[in-house]
Amino acid sequence: MTTRAFQKVYTKIDNITKATVTLKASGVGNDELATVGGKLAQVVKIMGENVTLQVFAGTEGLKTDSEVVFHGEPPKLKVSDNLAGRFFNAYGEPLEGGEQIEGEAREIGGPTVNPFKRKQPSELIATGIAGIDLNNTIVSGQKIPFFADPDQPYNAVMANVALRAKADKIILGGMGLTNDDFLYFKQVFENAGALDRIVSFVNTTENPPVERLLVPDMALTAAEYFAVDKGEKVLVLLTDMTLYADALAIVSNRMDQIPSKDSMPGSLYSDLAKIYEKAVQLPNGGSITLIAVTTLSGGDITHAIPDNTGYITEGQLFLRNDSDTGKVIVDPFRSLSRLKQLVIGKKTREDHPQVMNACVRLYADAANAKTKLENGFDLSDYDERALKFAHDYSEKLLAIDVNIEIEQMLDTAWTLFSKYFTREEVAIKAELIEKYWKA
Amino acid sequence: MKTTGLVKGIISNIVIVNADGAVGQNEICFVHCGDTKMMAEVIKVVGDDAYVQVYDSTRGLKVGDKVEFEGHMLEATLAPGLLSQNYDGLQNDLAKMDGLFIERGSVTEPLDFEKKWAFKPLAKAGDKVSAASWLGEVQEQWVAHKIMVPFIMTGNYTVKSVAEAGEYKVTDTIAVVADVDGNEYNITMVQKWPVKQAVRCYTEKPRPSRVMETGVRAIDTFNPLAEGGTGFIPGPFGAGKTVLQHAISKQADADVIIIVACGERANEVVEIFAEFPELTDPRTGHKLMERTIIICNTSNMPVAAREASVYTGMTIGEYYRSMGLKVLVMADSTSRWAQALREMSNRLEELPGQDAFPMDLSAIISNFYSRAGLVKLTNGETGSVTFLGTVSPAGGNLKEPVTESTKKAARCFYALSQGRADSKRYPAIDPIDSYSKYLEYPEIRSYLDEKIEKDWVDLVYEGKTIVQRGKEANDQINILGDDGVPVDYHERFWKGELIDFVILQQDAFDDIDANCPLERQKMMYELVLDVCHNDFEFDDFEACSHFFKSLINLFRQMNYAEWNSEKFFDYKAQIENMVNQQPHK
Repeated sequence: MTTRAFQKVYTKIDNITKATVTLKASGVGNDELATVGGKLAQVVKIMGENVTLQVFAGTEGLKTDSEVVFHGEPPKLKVSDNLAGRFFNAYGEPLEGGEQIEGEAREIGGPTVNPFKRKQPSELIATGIAGIDLNNTIVSGQKIPFFADPDQPYNAVMANVALRAKADKIILGGMGLTNDDFLYFKQVFENAGALDRIVSFVNTTENPPVERLLVPDMALTAAEYFAVDKGEKVLVLLTDMTLYADALAIVSNRMDQIPSKDSMPGSLYSDLAKIYEKAVQLPNGGSITLIAVTTLSGGDITHAIPDNTGYITEGQLFLRNDSDTGKVIVDPFRSLSRLKQLVIGKKTREDHPQVMNACVRLYADAANAKTKLENGFDLSDYDERALKFAHDYSEKLLAIDVNIEIEQMLDTAWTLFSKYFTREEVAIKAELIEKYWKA
Repeated sequence: MKTTGLVKGIISNIVIVNADGAVGQNEICFVHCGDTKMMAEVIKVVGDDAYVQVYDSTRGLKVGDKVEFEGHMLEATLAPGLLSQNYDGLQNDLAKMDGLFIERGSVTEPLDFEKKWAFKPLAKAGDKVSAASWLGEVQEQWVAHKIMVPFIMTGNYTVKSVAEAGEYKVTDTIAVVADVDGNEYNITMVQKWPVKQAVRCYTEKPRPSRVMETGVRAIDTFNPLAEGGTGFIPGPFGAGKTVLQHAISKQADADVIIIVACGERANEVVEIFAEFPELTDPRTGHKLMERTIIICNTSNMPVAAREASVYTGMTIGEYYRSMGLKVLVMADSTSRWAQALREMSNRLEELPGQDAFPMDLSAIISNFYSRAGLVKLTNGETGSVTFLGTVSPAGGNLKEPVTESTKKAARCFYALSQGRADSKRYPAIDPIDSYSKYLEYPEIRSYLDEKIEKDWVDLVYEGKTIVQRGKEANDQINILGDDGVPVDYHERFWKGELIDFVILQQDAFDDIDANCPLERQKMMYELVLDVCHNDFEFDDFEACSHFFKSLINLFRQMNYAEWNSEKFFDYKAQIENMVNQQPHK
């Protein structure tokens, strides 16, 4: 972001808040970048000659006579194949002092793909985790977040999913990532020998929070380069989107906007949708699959951030500690993959949909039995069997440390059915029972 | 002379324009940004300043940029050739756009102006006509598309001449009419109508008196939707709103279906793009796409156009209604539209109502729902617009402003429950909270008496009572324990479950079960009620639950079996056998 000769320099700032500055300037375009006292800023409001800028790194230390230089263009990222294997900050500058990327500079947060030109997602992404592959199958071009409490190992699960997913490129967008987690991702990818497939845009907790607002757009601009220009299958990981939304709230608050539910800006839905909707299956075979993390506070999914996210994404993966088995499982009740119908029973074995539903129904019966038990009632024989089934189901299929093929998952489920239940109790289409029941 | 203006301020997609002349509320204007022209709508005027919402990204826009006002409101273009098209919220044809991305300021024609249509006159010289009178017709897909006197022509006219049968382009004059003063007007097949105004070219709007069949048992049997009626589906995410809407759009007994994808996921629209041209309408044998129009403003498309999309959809619906057709308009989701209103209101710094929504939200919603309805046309024929919207309540809480406002406006309420969705009881329409006001209409009662069976509505209420009693029994069992209640309670609980599993639950992904015609619904429902009429004798509650579970299993197999097939009757016989074998009191 070098200063160019013809640019006009302003040296009088009228207002300074924690995140914004306002000054009198002319000929300024909306969304344009500027440097304010050496810090990067973006135009967010123009009222006559008054221009309001959001300063990404915060306004600490800025003076009313700090130098303001307008760049005349919105934020851009230089894209080329050389992005692969590199780590960048939120502005798209190489971390660790590496050399600059040469390539075409593209505006971040660009236009949307014409929905009519999209293709229907149809490629299964196998992760080996039965809680995902069996119950909530992920499909290329899908967008799906993990809903997890901050203490759960979501970053580890996400790294596993990314490495097993056989993507051409993995793009990591880290927002408010702790340095430890950042190093963890780096190490895992390095150990897997996958570094040349990875591009990272990272804002750690050590960086100013408002900078995070650039990370998803940077990551997705890189993703679009590889998917649209190169026809590659790209997997984008965004963690943690809750911290991104918090940064949005900070900015809107500084701009005196009326907050809606949970102090979030009224435009939260559109702001999040702009990011998530970049997930796409393209006609050229390329795709962008988006896996995000939304941390919850105390498992509350009615909070505005997970709530709006749930309405945008194609399902959600819910992690939960299962006290019966002591493992972290993918919660079968609250998790959902909306696109699974496109592949299950079509790209996978025919019994997949019914087996999946029967498992969840029986697991629900076990949950009811557990409630009964907790309330001090006697359990019926069926209840007892359901509880035993639930234990095995949780351990052998739902736990996140499972790593098996989908056929194996289905066979395991049939084994559990015949071990604990009768054919009627399982209530699956008769033809399938005939074919797969384990005598 | 057009009014022009200069950009004075920019806050996201709200632009303040200093105008040099008269400006109208809701007037359309074009904001110039470099070489691109972006459409915008006036939403507030203060002195010489017009506040306009831009239907596009305002990136790079500068103070002093030029604005041109168009002198009219946002209009829909109405003519033959709308069916099977895919539009954005402003009626740009998405299929005609070049490139993978929708570039800013993209404008495409909603119609093919070169195509010739085989016109047949219906009116003749000397006929007295008024707005929406039929002058002729062309065959559009399998719909007899009426060419009408434009809706904006108020007053009475006399037909001077009508074109002879033949091939015409939509812009060719097909009739000449004269008003009372003798002024003559040329009429083509194209007309324009401002989308935010209701089309009122009909003689009366009677109460709905017929049911619109959807093939979904939980709706048709339990809470039927009337033709020309309104309904809405609120539900938390993951409760199956979209799956249910897609099922209805595939199966509903309508001539024209307009799907408004309003601020929702693009992949859901892609599903319709991919499937509808392949799927066949079971009633007519034509491809589903032939009767479908898609208005698509997905969540990442410009927010302001999201608001326009529902109005565009409704206007096209009213246009086809005026031809005497049964139209179903569906919007997924009206909450996104309300949120678009909130974003605007927020940027205009209006005083907010509850949850920061604009104060007049409730009025806007009921005004919109009131555009649906069965109407009697000037020529005595009837046409209808049935409207079904989904609502995405924040946090799944049905007490939020959009749900509450919609509840006041819509006559059917299909509440999707998280609990049912969690236990995979799909469609997750809550049998106790949901209602259809139409069951109370004497017109609908007598229609059902004739269409299905005498006193059918009484049977429906009986079923609802059984489900309600089942739920109460279940609550008792949960409090007192399985052994703590008489076996009768278990029987009552299981009878409720029987109706739930066999009638209310339906597999939208099974080829056969997905669409259940009324005739089949009647048979299954009566079969289930017959079972419920028995007073069985059980040794203990486990025997009771075992009996009903086996019974439910047989019934479900029956739902999966082809209608009236050998297998179907085989399961039926097994059910009857099982019921007879079980000891009675």
